[in-house]
Amino acid sequence: MTTTTVSMTVNGKQLSADVENRTLLVQYLRESHGLTGTHVGCDTSQCGACTVHVDGLPIKACTILARQVEGKEVTTIEGLADGEKLHPMQEAFRENHALQCGFCTPGMVMSAIGIVDRNSDSLDEKTVRHELEGNFCRCTGYHNIVKAILAAHEEMTA
Amino acid sequence: MYDFNYKRASSVDDASSSMASADDGKFVAGGMTLLPTLKQRLAMPSDLVDLADLDDLVGVKVDNNSVTVGAMTPHAVVNASEEVKKAIPALSKLAGLIGDPMVRNRGTIGGSISNNDPAADYPSAVVGLGATVHTNKREIAGDDFFTGMFETALEEDELVTKVVFPIPEKASYMKFPNPASRYAIVGTFVSTGSQGTRVAVTGAGPCVFRQPEMETALENQFTPESVENIKQDDSDLNTDIHASAEYRAHLVTVMAKRAVAEANG
Repeated sequence: MTTTTVSMTVNGKQLSADVENRTLLVQYLRESHGLTGTHVGCDTSQCGACTVHVDGLPIKACTILARQVEGKEVTTIEGLADGEKLHPMQEAFRENHALQCGFCTPGMVMSAIGIVDRNSDSLDEKTVRHELEGNFCRCTGYHNIVKAILAAHEEMTA
Repeated sequence: MYDFNYKRASSVDDASSSMASADDGKFVAGGMTLLPTLKQRLAMPSDLVDLADLDDLVGVKVDNNSVTVGAMTPHAVVNASEEVKKAIPALSKLAGLIGDPMVRNRGTIGGSISNNDPAADYPSAVVGLGATVHTNKREIAGDDFFTGMFETALEEDELVTKVVFPIPEKASYMKFPNPASRYAIVGTFVSTGSQGTRVAVTGAGPCVFRQPEMETALENQFTPESVENIKQDDSDLNTDIHASAEYRAHLVTVMAKRAVAEANG
């Protein structure tokens, strides 16, 4: 099987790995680089557990080839905290108990940052619920996730 | 996923010639349909020709009479464009109803119409607004572009470069989405203006189609009442686990009625 060296910036670090053309970004992150914070939930582009940012925009890492991301900037859940200090979105999820099993949480947090970025002026509950349409949580009923995102929005835009 | 050769095209010509020399190649734009298809081993292309570097194909341009959307423009850009919202709000709305925010950051108009999924949203706007599809070889009228289920007028090495939508006097898109995928179970695009009065239906049949009976009624009087008693024939419509042909036929009328009401503001 032919492999190619694929390089990209992940969480500020330049990373490279030899992968097949068919390797997905999520496999590249998890298997080549041990960044297992990005989860594979449905593997059919629906659940959003694999959400990462590519050049600042949330995308589903299970639906893009590593080769398509060559040379780009990727941020994963591991890249959000500043040392011991959590990102405001992570902190808000913790404060508001916005998780139970935690499986969807990395994708929720990455997607939620996208929601705040797109709605920096103002954000209401209806918009949050609508824009979470690409992320599934099977435990919480979303209620505390919505609360956390609204709280983080205040913090991040203050 | 089966393995394949991968190449990033450096120009439209390079993309076209790479495709011409591939055994059984596929263009990849945003990949929001192609990647899931490959993962399920429903397709086995020899080569993927990635259009991601063709920056000339990205962007929206609005003039007095038309909105031009570059083939590689993501849905999120069309949805968020203040210019599009002003010129053709229905187009901006439609783009914002596709998939979810992550899908809209990747999926493109060129990819959507070239794939021509029976339940895709964009084909209804192309036909419902009488748009013109520009390719690296020619211009194709929206009415002639979609030829059947997952079939278009495109040749093997031909790629869409942009879509030009005439600005209508009134237009709206209403869809009944599948709650999981957000694909249209039925979506109805209505418009009236220099392109005539049009009703285009997606999701209901094997390919987007116009509803001539509703068009005639709306030409006469552009009100929801004009279409509310027009029944869509269900004999060629889709039946699947999500909805029967009979239910889809019913939804065509309901969505048309709501779209006309919204278009009238």
